[in-house]
Amino acid sequence: MGIRFILMVNKQGQTRLAQYYEYLTIEERRALEGEIVRKCLARSEQQCSFVEHRNYKIVYRRYASLFFLVGVDNDENELAILEFIHLLVETMDRHFGNVCELDIMFHLEKAHFMLEEMVMNGCIVETSKPNILAPIQLMDKAS
Amino acid sequence: MNPFSSGTRLRDMIRAIRACKTAAEERAVVRKECAAIRASINENDHDYRHRNLAKLMFIHMLGYPTHFGQMECLKLIASPEFPEKRIGYLGLMLLLDERQEVLMLVTNSLKQDLNHANQYIVGLALCALGNICSAEMARDLAPEVERLLQFRDPNTRKKAALCAIRIIKKVPDLAENFINPAAALLKEKHHGVLITAVQLCTDLCKVSAEALEYFRKKCTESLVKTLKDIVNSPYAPEYDIAGIADPFLHIRLLKFLRVLGKGDADASDLMNDILAQVATKTESNKNAGNAILYECVETIMSIEDNGGLRVLAINILGRFLSNRDNNIRYVALNMLMNAINVDAQAVQRHRATILECVKDSDASIRKRALELVYLLVNESNVKPLTKELIEYLEVSDQDFKGDLTAKICSIIAKFSPQKIWYIDQMLKVLSEAGNFVKDEVWHALIVVISNASDLHGYTVRALYRALQASTEQETLVRVAVWCIGEYGDMLVNNAGMLDIEDPITVTGSDAVDAIELAIKSQTSDLTTKAMSLIALLKLSSRFPSCSERIRDMIIQHKGSLVLESQQRSIEFNSIIEKHQNIRSALVERMPVLDEATFIGRRAGSTPATVSTSNGASLNLPNGVAKPPAAPLVDLLDLSSDDAPAPSSSGGDFLQDLLGVDLSPALQQSGTNQAPRTGTDVLLDLLSIETPPAQSSSSTPDILSASQVNKSPVSSLEGLSLSSSLSARATTPVGASPMMDLLDGFVPNSPIPENNGPVYPSVIGFESSSLRISFDFSKPPGNPQTTSIQATFTNLSPNVYTDFIFQAAVPKFLQLHLDPASSNTLPASGSGSITQNLRVTNSQHGKKSLVMRIRIAYKINNEDILEEGQINNFPGGL
Repeated sequence: MGIRFILMVNKQGQTRLAQYYEYLTIEERRALEGEIVRKCLARSEQQCSFVEHRNYKIVYRRYASLFFLVGVDNDENELAILEFIHLLVETMDRHFGNVCELDIMFHLEKAHFMLEEMVMNGCIVETSKPNILAPIQLMDKAS
Repeated sequence: MNPFSSGTRLRDMIRAIRACKTAAEERAVVRKECAAIRASINENDHDYRHRNLAKLMFIHMLGYPTHFGQMECLKLIASPEFPEKRIGYLGLMLLLDERQEVLMLVTNSLKQDLNHANQYIVGLALCALGNICSAEMARDLAPEVERLLQFRDPNTRKKAALCAIRIIKKVPDLAENFINPAAALLKEKHHGVLITAVQLCTDLCKVSAEALEYFRKKCTESLVKTLKDIVNSPYAPEYDIAGIADPFLHIRLLKFLRVLGKGDADASDLMNDILAQVATKTESNKNAGNAILYECVETIMSIEDNGGLRVLAINILGRFLSNRDNNIRYVALNMLMNAINVDAQAVQRHRATILECVKDSDASIRKRALELVYLLVNESNVKPLTKELIEYLEVSDQDFKGDLTAKICSIIAKFSPQKIWYIDQMLKVLSEAGNFVKDEVWHALIVVISNASDLHGYTVRALYRALQASTEQETLVRVAVWCIGEYGDMLVNNAGMLDIEDPITVTGSDAVDAIELAIKSQTSDLTTKAMSLIALLKLSSRFPSCSERIRDMIIQHKGSLVLESQQRSIEFNSIIEKHQNIRSALVERMPVLDEATFIGRRAGSTPATVSTSNGASLNLPNGVAKPPAAPLVDLLDLSSDDAPAPSSSGGDFLQDLLGVDLSPALQQSGTNQAPRTGTDVLLDLLSIETPPAQSSSSTPDILSASQVNKSPVSSLEGLSLSSSLSARATTPVGASPMMDLLDGFVPNSPIPENNGPVYPSVIGFESSSLRISFDFSKPPGNPQTTSIQATFTNLSPNVYTDFIFQAAVPKFLQLHLDPASSNTLPASGSGSITQNLRVTNSQHGKKSLVMRIRIAYKINNEDILEEGQINNFPGGL
């Protein structure tokens, strides 16, 4: 298992999406999110995209007002995770058309469905955008 | 449809939450929504189930408890409708976890859905199972998953493969059932299936040696071919990233090859060519390409030796390290950490670059680089590296100094070639960043100094010079004070002069001046002051001419509000005054501290029996930080009763003093003090009914009780010193760690701050007769501590006499009161009393200061008492 959690957080530090692949209590999550967000948001553009926190390595990337943070094991390939974040954003872009914070807020379940098609139990399932989006489009058509 | 449970739409709820300005408003909205959802659940409202769950997921994401919605998930999963099932499964994965009992109820639904005719429903069930299944569920549903690994639809197969990973992690015994199906999946062309299959195989190898052997023999060749196909594959828009076909699959394959090649020369041989091809052909101008190169280098470094490939990998590393992109440099440092085990020489070549990275502006890179430097140090390069690091220490960020100091100290201790070098370097670190040096480190330094008998003179002179230069670094002051106390005579007569030294002329009085500097310094804390008092006592015997002056200095602390200082002052004073005959024997130099015992103690491995068989060696380190204050009580008692004349030599006598024989007496004095200062008085201070007379009669005690966190420490120390020497064996020497005994307060390793923020003054208390205002300042480098200057102003036309201010604070705070400027407060605001307080907030940033105060004074010999609580301290103190 490589990915331990995926967070989307806005500039103000509010969580917009959280998916954990390991068990943490609500209190632990809140504390963890707070600490990580504070650490990552304080960093400048020039600094590298990796932050070590507790026993996690956080790989993060900023898109407009939204931060994508992925917590991984220490032996995970950081550059690949960075690429994965980009893939996730591109996939959401393709579905929502220039995705923004509000799209994710108001379509939280869709964002989760997409994530579900991409990551399962902390492992990457699928990396092709059409394949990821196929089930979601099917459901949209049906409803 | 129930008109009362209609509730708001999901959108409206999100809007309402977004519109909240404060956390309290948000909580209110969420509470209202949760109540509505609960009501709707209770009415078993089918129509809103879907919406309720969507709302709950949002609420859950915000970090509120949502356990009451768990059953709703199960109901939705059981629904025949796909959209309801869909959201039910999502809720299951988000709101539940494998520890919940409820989960057992879902096993049946999952089993049905795994056998469903609709492949999407099968996919949903697999996904849920893969994310949250428990060991029991894994056992129950493994056969279904095994079957689904051969399902016609590739999207189902890939999910089944990942599901299998979860199952074998939960129940490793099941691994063998999955080996064959997993191997079959490796032959697939579908990327999704391939990437999941590779991950499954990698995990199988982790849990089963049999699987590893199997894949190594049967699959290495075909995997190499698969990788080759992908590397050479023509453009495929679906998987293309920056001109590379599916870098994720590349990386997973390389990872798997690493597992197979590690420790197996044949398998490693098979993959040499393809690794060379990946290492040379992959474009390194895009992130995706670099990710692959990174993985490839890791694989080359892990598999069995092939000289040519290693050179290739090291070259890539060098390229990465000199890259301007911080991400690339970070991973390069990471790779070097692994490479150091394989080819230390190659890594050493990059030492200069790595050292540069220690000075980088990016904290992540600095941290990595520092760890790497730490691994790079060996006997041959320790001197230049330490020099570099110490030089950097002077200019580094405050928040990096802690890490850096710890690492430097550790390097010095581990590799020091000679004692003089060790001492020199430690003195440099202490003068530069002494406030970041941990207690055990400077304790160790004292042990080393004590053992280096030929360097005593040199060290004490060096420390004397350093002390003259600055008294800002607390640990430097402590070590200097200790050494001057012990070796003061060598300081004055320039004994043991080394060739490299410049001679200095120091008189006994200069040495006393130095200690005076330390004892009077604003930054000195209790430990330093206590150590200074001991040093003074020792100097009084070394320099009899200064004896009178030293006595005056010691006497000044007689009225100290800190029990520890007060006690020492009174005791030492009486030694100087009345016990001239034993003084010189009493304050002889410490016998050489036993290095081996000290190291053993640090490791916590000293057997408890040492305390009885070898009292001296165990006790003496106590003396390092806490000279024998408590035993002196007994000394005084004994000698005033004309009890045993000290016939033995000083060293023995000291041992006697510290020895176990005296423990009953000690214990008594200890137990007498602890409860009195610790509890009664505090209660006294806090209780409202206490008549004022009583409190004024016990004033000194109450005042010392306002140092609750400190004074009982000393008595506790007295206790443990006498009653349980063995317990001390695991406790680090020094006063501050003792605080742990009290309330688990962790001695603050100061978190530095560049410029202490300025806080507005506040009026803490105002009555018709009295006003107290507070001014705040923060000492740099220690945000937990606040210095407060309290100014008392008399608003009445009467003069206040015997004015006493008392304060009490909750446990998370630590309060230190300095003496007030006066105890008479002139009438009508024509003058004021000031008093300094020092508050240390162990919950800095979480809780703010609060204080309960009581002011007692007399008007025309009539007792007046005022009380109050101060809650209006500025935030962030």
